[in-house]
Amino acid sequence: MDLTWSPAEEAFRAEARGWLEANVPRGLPSGDTREGFTAHLEWERKLFADRWAVVSWPERYGGRDASLWEWLIFEEEYYRAGAPQRVTQNGIFLLAPTVFEFGTAEQQDEILPRMAAAEQLWGQGWSEPGAGSDLAAISSRADKVDGGWRINGQKTWTTRGAFCTHLFGLFRTDPEASRHAGLTYLLVPLDTPGVTVRGFGRLDGDEGFAEVFFDDVVVPDSAVLGGVGQGWSVAMATTGSERGLTLRSPGRFLAAAERLRRLAVERAGSLTASARDGVVEAHLRAEAYQLFTLAQVTDLVEGRTPGAESSLNKLYWSELDIALHETALELLGPEAELDGPWSRGHMFSLSGPIYAGTNEIQRSIVAERLLGLPRR
Amino acid sequence: MRFAPTAQQVELATAVRELLADACPPETVRAAWGSEGEKARVDLWRQLADLGLLGAVLPEADGGLGLTEVDLVPLMVEVGRAAVPLPVAETVAVLVPLLAGRPGDGDDLTGLVTGNLVGTAELAGSGVLPWAGCSDRALVRSGSELRLVDLTGVPLELVTTVDGSRAAARTPQLPGTLLSTDPADLERAWLRGALATAAQLVGLVHRQLDLAVAHAAARKQFGVPIGSQQAVKHMLADVLLDVRFALPVVQRAAVSLAAGAPEARAHVAAAKAMASRAADRAARTTIQAHGAIGYTVEYDLHLYVKRAWALADTWGSETHSRAVVADSLGLPPAVDPSVLPWEAAR
Repeated sequence: MDLTWSPAEEAFRAEARGWLEANVPRGLPSGDTREGFTAHLEWERKLFADRWAVVSWPERYGGRDASLWEWLIFEEEYYRAGAPQRVTQNGIFLLAPTVFEFGTAEQQDEILPRMAAAEQLWGQGWSEPGAGSDLAAISSRADKVDGGWRINGQKTWTTRGAFCTHLFGLFRTDPEASRHAGLTYLLVPLDTPGVTVRGFGRLDGDEGFAEVFFDDVVVPDSAVLGGVGQGWSVAMATTGSERGLTLRSPGRFLAAAERLRRLAVERAGSLTASARDGVVEAHLRAEAYQLFTLAQVTDLVEGRTPGAESSLNKLYWSELDIALHETALELLGPEAELDGPWSRGHMFSLSGPIYAGTNEIQRSIVAERLLGLPRR
Repeated sequence: MRFAPTAQQVELATAVRELLADACPPETVRAAWGSEGEKARVDLWRQLADLGLLGAVLPEADGGLGLTEVDLVPLMVEVGRAAVPLPVAETVAVLVPLLAGRPGDGDDLTGLVTGNLVGTAELAGSGVLPWAGCSDRALVRSGSELRLVDLTGVPLELVTTVDGSRAAARTPQLPGTLLSTDPADLERAWLRGALATAAQLVGLVHRQLDLAVAHAAARKQFGVPIGSQQAVKHMLADVLLDVRFALPVVQRAAVSLAAGAPEARAHVAAAKAMASRAADRAARTTIQAHGAIGYTVEYDLHLYVKRAWALADTWGSETHSRAVVADSLGLPPAVDPSVLPWEAAR
């Protein structure tokens, strides 16, 4: 049990902190609006220029070959500095791990540097009107044509889809095969003829969602990631990332718990016993999540893979995030209804138990795979 | 950075777990509820002494294993998992390290580590001394003084407890010999007891969960195992969630306490708060998951539920522990929410 950082890790932290303090922009509009998205892209390109966009990636793709520990340190510093949301996250945190694992050398060289540089902006094309939690029910299909695939169907709930340039998605390539076997993972430029993207408002009103329609959209064979008919297993490799570490680093919640603590001190006059306890709860849970993650990274570094444990992460951070924001609203009292970071954060927190596999799905995974309870 | 038990710590915990699976099955815990369990208790204490557990924190040169608070956590988890009906935590984690630093108390120390004496401790000043009926020595507090009481020959008013194995007694004022007037000694003893209790609660949650999972997988209603129903699955998943996130907080508290870090007080409070909550929720949930059989004393679950209830509120309740964390965060005191806005302005 060693909770200390090495001198090299401390030096990495100091470098990251120094750069962030000098460069983090203030007051960007929401990255889930068209105008705000553009402002965020400038920030992403600045991160890339100084090699902070994808610290854990190889240098040749714009990273620093940082260890998982250094990645955690960077994330802590990133959120501590109050740096902007990562509008590139669905690419760099969800698609990239899959490309590293399943992509051909050509795909890696084509996609990864452009993704890191925020030139290619990736959205996730999994959910459909008829396929949410039951992801394997997707019906958008891709039919074999000479040299490629012809796509027809519809995707929805695509985060920032209206501002993205590319989409990674699952499509049914073999309607005769069983539900999971007939799927293929395809990479689709959104400027391909036949693609129509329509943005729409999320709970906070920002155009952060999109539905994507495919009418005889033809992509080349090189658009297949990880093999025809392999889509399910390729996609599941990404869900581990989505639920677990890469999308929701502990730094985010530690920083939020600290903001909440400061709010409570500022609002001492409305600090009821229950709000005070809510601040304690947020702090306890943010630290528990951090410590859980440190144990998990230790396991990863020593070759023990977490597997279904990522469902525990997802349940914990998503419910902690809601509780934390509810306490903030209680402290704000009549001002809680004003549009602002806490009210927006509260609305956003409500998406946590829904996306990346609903918490109902996660609890079933925990019960079946970690506790060993019988499937139905 | 390496936040995981060492191979040696895992090995020792496994040894304790295997020993207790044999030496402290549910029948032993159950037997300790009645006077016929006294022999079993004595045998069990002897086996723990033979394993070297009782003097484990002594330096190797003094016949111990040189264990720190960090090493003790996995061992106390096992003591909790088995609901050992003896003051193992009080002796191993509180009394022995306190006496080890004091040359004058050699006989008591030797007696405790060799298993000839059983030592309990109660520092909250509640007037109820757990394990009094099966202990020879008791560490108590008088004001800010630590005192050691020789229980031999002291008439004890044993009281009935919810966990019938606790052998608790009402002890209005026990004289005892002065051990320390140093508040640092008192605080350290308190934190060690709270930490060891939090670790036991983690083990108790796992035991309750194991019983509930086994039951839910085997018990059929409507032609299917009840554990295949989402409602049952999800409530048991929450028990696992609580305990899996409590353990690292307990481990961190041990690291801070062993290092003498100033954060130890807040970190131990965080550990106790998380473990107590996990245990209370586990108790409620696992009884429910069992249905009627969970609401009986014939089935084993209650042995572990009742120990969890007892430990959740001793060595610092959840409310106390959370208040300590609140102080460490520099939070102002709570206001009275019942006053009307214009009254609050004054």
